[in-house]
Amino acid sequence: MSGAPILDVRNLSVRFRTEGGDVPAVSDLSFTLDRGETLAVVGESGSGKSVTSLALMRLLPKDSAVTVTGQALLEGRDLLAIPEPEMRKLRGGAISMVFQEPMTSLNPTTPVGAQVAEAVQLHRDLDRRAAREEAARLLDLVGIPAARQRMDDYPHHLSGGMRQRVMIAMALSCDPGVLIADEPTTALDVTIQAQILDLLKRLQERTGMAVVFITHNLGVVAEIADRVLVMYGGRAVEQAPLRPLFSRPLMPYTAGLLRSVPRMELAGRRAGPLPAIPGNVPDPRHMPPGCVFHPRCAHHQPGRCDAAAPVLEAADEAREVRCLRWRELAA
Amino acid sequence: MSGFLARRLGQSLVLLVLVSMVGFAILHLAPGGPMSQFASGSDMTQEDLDRIAEQLGLNRPLPVQYAEWFWRMLQGDWGRSYRDGEAVLNVIGSHLGATLQLMLTATLLAIIIGVVIGTLGAIRRHSIFDTLATVGAMIALSIPTFWFGLVAIYVFSVWLDWLPSGNRFTPGDGSPLDLLRHLILPAMVLALVETAIWSRFMRSSMLDVVNQDYIRTARAKGVPEARILLRHAFRNAALPMITVLGLQLPTLLGGALVTETVFTWPGMGRLFLDSISYRDYPVVMGILMFSATLVLLGSLLADLLHAVADPRIRLG
Amino acid sequence: MSLALSAPAFRRFRRHRLAAFGAATIVLLTLGCFLGPFLLPFDDTTIDVMNRFAPPLSGAHVLGTDELGRDMLARLMMGGRVSLIVGFTAMAIGMALGILVGAVAGFHGGWLGAALMRFVDAVLCFPTIFLLLALAALVSPGLLSIIILIAATSWMDVARIVEGQVKSLRERDFAVAAQVLGASDARIIVHELVPNAVAPIVVAATLNVARAILLESYVSFLGYGIQPPVPSWGNMLNNAQIYLTSAPWLAILPGLAITLAVTSFNFLGDGLRDALDPRMRAR
Ligand SMILES: Nc1ncnc2c1ncn2[C@@H]1O[C@H](COP(=O)(O)OP(=O)(O)O)[C@@H](O)[C@H]1O
Ligand code: SF4
Ligand SMILES: [Mg+2]
Repeated sequence: MSGAPILDVRNLSVRFRTEGGDVPAVSDLSFTLDRGETLAVVGESGSGKSVTSLALMRLLPKDSAVTVTGQALLEGRDLLAIPEPEMRKLRGGAISMVFQEPMTSLNPTTPVGAQVAEAVQLHRDLDRRAAREEAARLLDLVGIPAARQRMDDYPHHLSGGMRQRVMIAMALSCDPGVLIADEPTTALDVTIQAQILDLLKRLQERTGMAVVFITHNLGVVAEIADRVLVMYGGRAVEQAPLRPLFSRPLMPYTAGLLRSVPRMELAGRRAGPLPAIPGNVPDPRHMPPGCVFHPRCAHHQPGRCDAAAPVLEAADEAREVRCLRWRELAA
Repeated sequence: MSGFLARRLGQSLVLLVLVSMVGFAILHLAPGGPMSQFASGSDMTQEDLDRIAEQLGLNRPLPVQYAEWFWRMLQGDWGRSYRDGEAVLNVIGSHLGATLQLMLTATLLAIIIGVVIGTLGAIRRHSIFDTLATVGAMIALSIPTFWFGLVAIYVFSVWLDWLPSGNRFTPGDGSPLDLLRHLILPAMVLALVETAIWSRFMRSSMLDVVNQDYIRTARAKGVPEARILLRHAFRNAALPMITVLGLQLPTLLGGALVTETVFTWPGMGRLFLDSISYRDYPVVMGILMFSATLVLLGSLLADLLHAVADPRIRLG
Repeated sequence: MSLALSAPAFRRFRRHRLAAFGAATIVLLTLGCFLGPFLLPFDDTTIDVMNRFAPPLSGAHVLGTDELGRDMLARLMMGGRVSLIVGFTAMAIGMALGILVGAVAGFHGGWLGAALMRFVDAVLCFPTIFLLLALAALVSPGLLSIIILIAATSWMDVARIVEGQVKSLRERDFAVAAQVLGASDARIIVHELVPNAVAPIVVAATLNVARAILLESYVSFLGYGIQPPVPSWGNMLNNAQIYLTSAPWLAILPGLAITLAVTSFNFLGDGLRDALDPRMRAR
């Protein structure tokens, strides 16, 4: 797993113009994704994870109120610059996506088999029959029992877990090089969550695709990730391989997230909107000056952290961190 | 399905009883009720009147009278016209065809035009077209139907002399072409308000759908935009429109009454007005009850159709 | 595209402009109808057989004369008074009735509430015009009776709105808390319900004026509303049909007046909905 990254995101920024003011949802975000790698993107709700993935898929509203800048090179081609017809061929083909909401992400008036077959037919040169066959194979592959019989079921016949499997079958229908999974298990029960994670890992081993796995659950990160990108307030605040990040977080925000893990699991419920770190994510319309995390940071130094904005700097050859005090704190 | 069906049928039955109570109450307000007919009609003594009331059961408690009246209605005995003694249901029946023809034609026109306008408006939201369609619909809903009918007659019959100004056919003709020529203007006039209603419902239904997650999913699959709109969005947006068939029935019936008056169209609406001017209360009340029942059954039918067409409701 | 660039602003501008147009027209119509007759040299009832069917802009009569030589502008103004009076008073009575029924149904809930709301459903099954005409046939026609009849057939929507508001309020925690703390029903109504319900009620009220004006015109056109010689926009049209060929302005002018007035109230209502209640905002 070496060579050029399959996905290279450079200086991605997304800004929404709203009646209440400008929302800088993502600011100057850069990351890479190697072939076959799983990158976990973590951060509390509202940190810009979904907006990032929708920007990469070019699924944000095509509206003058949305400004996207930067580059996203998928095997050298800039997803943010190519013409729409070309992008449409890549979507669901070379790069595909699984969404958080399995209950509402499938078309309620079309049988699930037809929905998978549509994806197949769009990108592969197969006739209807063959596409249907392929859809049945895919549904079987993602572990839907008696897949052939369920082809004509409507989404509401299926449980949330089964629907998410259908979504995955659809996303995998054309052997994507990159799969973006935006909180694919958040809406599911804990046991189903584990099954879907297993499935994704198995499929990844089989196909060699790279996965951007978005979650706010660090338990899930530990399960699946090779590398982790931590986002806060639309920015990357830390980026590191899994083990070093878990054993020695450099950014106080990451450390805070990690401290909250056992508590969430002890409580026996999904990581909901309850803040694990005191305080709330900043309102993107009124970002705090200096380090955006300083109002909640235990190590905040008045006069310093709220004055100068830290940059993302290399901590070693594999890690990056955005904190003015990371060296002192690490010592 | 059976749960939904049973619930919906139950609601409709309760409503039917309530509708009949409202109708009965209005009937009893009628100054031209049976007793005053006798009282004013001849030189009867109070004893005569009491005897007749006794015979007709009019001196019994109201709930009893209501129950008996309702029971007779259920059996199809809706009384007799004061004008010619014809059974009310027969009188209504002989005028129903013309009204249904007018309403169906207008609805068909309105659905086709309204759905197209609403869909295009939603797709090109806030475009010049959408703005014009929205403002136009609001104006259409503000135009009195009878006046629009007069203007249409003035333009197409008086001025351009293209189409007849009234009646269902030319006496002695009645060929399909003649029938069609007579149908065009009233259907167009009745369709105006209906088109506005359908286009607004369709627009908002379509806007609901295009913001749904599954439309985003279709985009993420790489489905071309045109196919997303026509296959994925349109089908889902059009399904709930079936219920609009039921929702706009009262408006449609009211519009038909006015249109029939302007175009001397021999339907239920004209019959209603004629009966009012003759003080033919049995027919007036019969049509009132009949139209409310039609609305009730129409919306029940629309809901059932929707349930059959929408796979989500099929399970119930 | 430059058009797309300014789309949201354009939309707001358009909505406000339409609402402003509506409000301005309503003010002008009201002033015109109530003050105008004092400024006119003609009376709406003066018959002038020498001047029958004078077309608009042809002489002293700016909008022409009718089949009896009466001045059309004067009649339109007097008819407008009737239409506006009917519109506002029928709306007010209907709103009061609807608020009463809705509030009772919402506050008491249970058996009574359900019965009242099913009654609302039942009345809504009757096409308004049928109901209105059937009732109109039972009473002697006139200004007061038409107002009452229109009010009697247009309170149901408001009842539904208010019932829904009251019910959802009762189900929310703070209302329960307020009750536990011993707040009286009146206090809850004033402090919690009114602020929540006022927006949809104001919108419904505006739209109901439009509806009442339209209904008055229907009933008067059909001969069961305002009776000649008192002019109303509706009854001015019931003779007009006969003279459609020779004097089309007799039909066109009152209809334009109705359409203008009703459209204005509808625009205003739509704009108010937009401004007052974001949840109901038409997109
Ligand atoms: N269409 C939009 N218009 C305005 N603001 C938006 C829009 N979509 C997302 N945002 C804002 O962008 C920020 C990031 O949102 P998101 O990416 O959904 O967060 P998350 O990390 O939970 O997925 C949030 O503050 C959200 O309110
Ligand atoms: S820069 Fe300061 S406030 Fe920000 S994370 Fe580091 S220590 Fe905390
Ligand atoms: Mg998200």
